[in-house]
Amino acid sequence: MADTTFYRLVSVIAVFIAWEIAGRIPISVAFPTFSSTMAALYDMTADGSILRAYGQTLQPLGVGVLISAGFGVAIGVSMGLNRLFQWFWEPIFVVLQASPVAALIPLITYAYGIGLTAKTVAVIMLAAPIIVLNTYKAVRNASPSLIQMCRSFQGTRMQEIWRVIIPNAAPIIFAGLRLGVAAGFIGVILAELLITPTGIGDLISYNRSIAAYDYMYAAVFTIIVFSAVMVGLLEKAEINFFRPEKKKGH
Amino acid sequence: MSTLSMAAEPVQADTQAQDNVVEVRDITKYYGSDIHALNSINLDFPRGQMTTLLGPSGCGKTTLLKIIAGLLEPTDGQVMVNGKQVTGPGPERAFVFQDFALLPWATVLRNVGFGLELTNKPKAEREAKARHYINEVGLSGFEDKYPHELSGGMRQRVGLARAMAVNADVLLMDEPFSAVDEQTRRKFQEDLLNLLAHEKKSVIFVTHSIEEAVYVSDQIVLLSPRPGRIHSIIRPEISRDSSPEDIRRDKTYLDTIEEIWSDLKKYLE
Repeated sequence: MADTTFYRLVSVIAVFIAWEIAGRIPISVAFPTFSSTMAALYDMTADGSILRAYGQTLQPLGVGVLISAGFGVAIGVSMGLNRLFQWFWEPIFVVLQASPVAALIPLITYAYGIGLTAKTVAVIMLAAPIIVLNTYKAVRNASPSLIQMCRSFQGTRMQEIWRVIIPNAAPIIFAGLRLGVAAGFIGVILAELLITPTGIGDLISYNRSIAAYDYMYAAVFTIIVFSAVMVGLLEKAEINFFRPEKKKGH
Repeated sequence: MSTLSMAAEPVQADTQAQDNVVEVRDITKYYGSDIHALNSINLDFPRGQMTTLLGPSGCGKTTLLKIIAGLLEPTDGQVMVNGKQVTGPGPERAFVFQDFALLPWATVLRNVGFGLELTNKPKAEREAKARHYINEVGLSGFEDKYPHELSGGMRQRVGLARAMAVNADVLLMDEPFSAVDEQTRRKFQEDLLNLLAHEKKSVIFVTHSIEEAVYVSDQIVLLSPRPGRIHSIIRPEISRDSSPEDIRRDKTYLDTIEEIWSDLKKYLE
């Protein structure tokens, strides 16, 4: 564990150094150095603009991700267990996943206006299909031998679902949740750039329009960090609740 | 020709006298409409004995075992356990799986107690039982390990302990040793016989290994393929009191193996 932390740190530092060098050359006038971006980040944190922006961005993101995760896993599990649910839901989510959601966002504004609802819908449209389809596949492909084992010891259908199928599917369900949360971030930023500039999307577009590229990249940087932390927390939750055998390493 | 009792229907004669734990009546199984897996199987499994289903691949031996377990439905026929007809899995039968079928996210202790967990036995009781059988199969000290930390042979011991813990009358074992290496397999066969000697269980055992069948069985049912039928029933007359080494050198043991092999050979063309 200790040495992987070390290598991860080295990898992160190497990226920052490359960023700094690229910014100093500079490869483009629109590409700030790492140090000036961090300085901008410090400014934005100190004057509270980052915090205010996240306050706005987190609303549609949080609501959208929670709805996608809750309903997405439930719908996916029902599809995996029951062919009728599969026939009903599969086409909807396959089409959603295949469609270019950015092109559909103007359509969302016709239906839901430019407020919180429209942005939440954008998040759900990006996050939900990934979560639903991953969950469905994980449940459908649950180990037949474990299911048979559960039946042979007189497990009920409920015990089979809760004690065998869902823990067995948990790694892929959580992989879907991680990808879904990452897609939700894309959705909320797209919505803030394309519908009405608020929150982090506003910080990005405003700073770009006044050519304050270090501020713009500082905003982008926070999104990446925030998204990575969220995804990491999901992984922790998975191991703690469903896969204790992975805690001990190998 | 030999000292073996071999006949087309040897079970009929002593049906009245003997106590059968499982009886199979006219079991026929089709997969879909064209694959004829089993054809009208009639078999008795005497209580307290080890019966092996032996045959080349495609003879339906695992299918028959899963029908007895209630995991597969026969197209026709009945399975009687302790004289009563059964249609699904029940507490009087416990299954040991070829691929172990252990929960990877559960410790050895929970895996062994899983059968008891499913029938809602209190935690203290099932852990006590699980610990007892973990000890019986020689895995004490491994209670808190996960399956991926164990070798193949140890995993199957967990599978065996889980089946013993529910205290069923019959153990159904589906090629339990096919996924473990030869040395482990021999040791396991010896341990299994020792264990069964004082647990008084009936066992129905599926294998494709002739040596294994002759070594462990009181009664061997030879099945022939496409569709699966009973070819013959053999009761190897080997004394179980001798040491494993002596049994493996015993003349009857070796003759029986030869006999079965020359019988099965014709299905391999």
